[in-house]
Amino acid sequence: MSKGTLFDKVWDLHTVGTLPSGQTQLFIGLHLIHEVTSPQAFAMLRDRGLKVMFPERTVATVDHIIPTENQARPFVDDLAEEMMQALEQNTQTNGITFYNIGSGNQGIVHVIAPEQGLTQPGMTIACGDSHTSTHGAFGAIAFGIGTSQVRDVLASQTLALSKLKVRKVEVNGKLVPGVYAKDVILHIIRKLGVTGGVGYAYEFAGTTFEQMSMEERMTVCNMAIEGGARCGYVNPDQVTFDYLKGRDAAPKGAEWDKAVTWWQSIRSNADAEYDDVVIFDAAEIAPTITWGITPGQGIAVNESIPTPEALSENDRELAAEAYQYMDLAPGTPIQGTKIDVCFIGSCTNGRMSDLREAAKVAKGRHVAEGIKAFVVPGSERVKQEAEAEGLDKIFEAAGFEWREAGCSMCLAMNPDKLQGRQISASSSNRNFKGRQGSASGRTLLMSPAMVAAAAITGTVTDVRTLL
Amino acid sequence: MSQVKTVVGRGVPLVGNDIDTDRIIPARFLRCVTFDGLGAQVFADDRTQMQGQHPFDQPQYQGATLLVVNRNFGCGSSREHAPQAIAKWGIQALVGESFAEIFFGNCVAMGVPCVTAAPADVQVLQEWLAANPQSTATLDLEQKQVQFGESSIPISMGEGARNMFLSGTWDACGQLVAQAEQIQQTAGRLPYLSWSRAS
Repeated sequence: MSKGTLFDKVWDLHTVGTLPSGQTQLFIGLHLIHEVTSPQAFAMLRDRGLKVMFPERTVATVDHIIPTENQARPFVDDLAEEMMQALEQNTQTNGITFYNIGSGNQGIVHVIAPEQGLTQPGMTIACGDSHTSTHGAFGAIAFGIGTSQVRDVLASQTLALSKLKVRKVEVNGKLVPGVYAKDVILHIIRKLGVTGGVGYAYEFAGTTFEQMSMEERMTVCNMAIEGGARCGYVNPDQVTFDYLKGRDAAPKGAEWDKAVTWWQSIRSNADAEYDDVVIFDAAEIAPTITWGITPGQGIAVNESIPTPEALSENDRELAAEAYQYMDLAPGTPIQGTKIDVCFIGSCTNGRMSDLREAAKVAKGRHVAEGIKAFVVPGSERVKQEAEAEGLDKIFEAAGFEWREAGCSMCLAMNPDKLQGRQISASSSNRNFKGRQGSASGRTLLMSPAMVAAAAITGTVTDVRTLL
Repeated sequence: MSQVKTVVGRGVPLVGNDIDTDRIIPARFLRCVTFDGLGAQVFADDRTQMQGQHPFDQPQYQGATLLVVNRNFGCGSSREHAPQAIAKWGIQALVGESFAEIFFGNCVAMGVPCVTAAPADVQVLQEWLAANPQSTATLDLEQKQVQFGESSIPISMGEGARNMFLSGTWDACGQLVAQAEQIQQTAGRLPYLSWSRAS
């Protein structure tokens, strides 16, 4: 059993008590909600005559259904409009802050909370969205929940949970140019598998993560869930504090110093005990790309699609399903695979540094003939900052479309969808069958710079050749 | 609040690993403010593609209440719409090799037990159900086994969740709210509530 880790300290501090079942009642310091998983939770509250216990600890925004082209109300999609109205009504009735379109603060929930300084070290954070693990980048214990649990948090600001084990995932060394945080997490998932993290919180440690910016750490923690780990975190350090300083919801004045002292105290102890430790070498990580139908089916860009013989027996059945669905032959190089659509955005890779890296590749070049390529900033603030830097102009000159902020084609709940058998190069987080809006659509996950490279050449390309 | 000690009924085998929540309920069906219509949409794309051959469409499995799956079922998105869709189709309990964590938690909160069994045992049960679609099986949480025909297989479930089903406290909401005083005390010792404002 783990001891002295950040996870243990934060868990203990937020423990309200032990329930008759033996589970822990855990206090949630920050609750984030959006239009998809909250309307039924508010309905359940109404049915039971319950009120929101700590309305000031919940923040709402709208992201999944947001059209990224025409945002005029009412939305063209009646169902999306109904969800929007439900959220507007529920937040207003219950006194919950709502960052609506046009507020300047709207965006993907996992982009806006960090950028406003709402996400802080030592917090417990829950949201009805599996990518809540993103917020662990700050040294918070952050995880996704379902709608009944959203109801529980609204009603009591607590959840009934069993404690997770803690695995230290250590990566040491410097990443080579063209290898990004996305490649690190795709590599980890490839090695540990999509179920490797079930029952665990992942502590990302080692010099590679220490050298990463907050945005890079968010990319890594975001995809902890794709490796099965409900939450992942990085111990807070000077990089974390420098990022937070001056942000809207960050502590100010004397409280800042008090906060930093406390944040330092919750770091995992040097002699902390872990349930498991795995170690990787950063030098071994290449630009990584998925070829199959789970995020664990990844390879380095210069590798070939694995043959069944090269896989463990456990993985062969799924590989066979993937060869067929993806229409990719075992043993053929992934490089050169023809692409139809290129998507840059999502809670994984829709932040400023992601757009800057993609823009570097796009600058002075042009999207290949017949390729649809579009960039969806993660939030209204990201959009504004990117435009102030002229990134929108670089993308547009290169033939990319520049859109409004939202989740967009990561899960295709809005009008942005693949058509038929189209294959996308995507900076998002899931390559499941049908994920991007077409029941037979195909997804290759990769870093935003790699997506830009694919857009320019029209095929899967090693971005290192374009840098 | 009802205790869940046994689930007795006919079963439907759904063979395959890593069946994610996007496949269970494609994202376009999340455009709703209630869970009411989801039963008809469960596995929509898989079912269309299999043209009537998906177990959820095959006549012999209509009315089944036990779903038997393989490894990492329910991975991906946290959408409770997925287990809600399965439950609205008629499923009351799941047996599998393993479940994704958020999916499992959602099922607990809905009163739908997800129990695990060894891969070989799951396969035996799936094959038996395919051969005996009209016979009933019994999932027994107290005895930690599934009985079918002349056989049974051992099953397991985390003790916390299992206790919630056996004692009928799987809907935690009431218990959580009842601790209002302790909740306020916990909030009072969190250093950051004074300096972080959520609104």
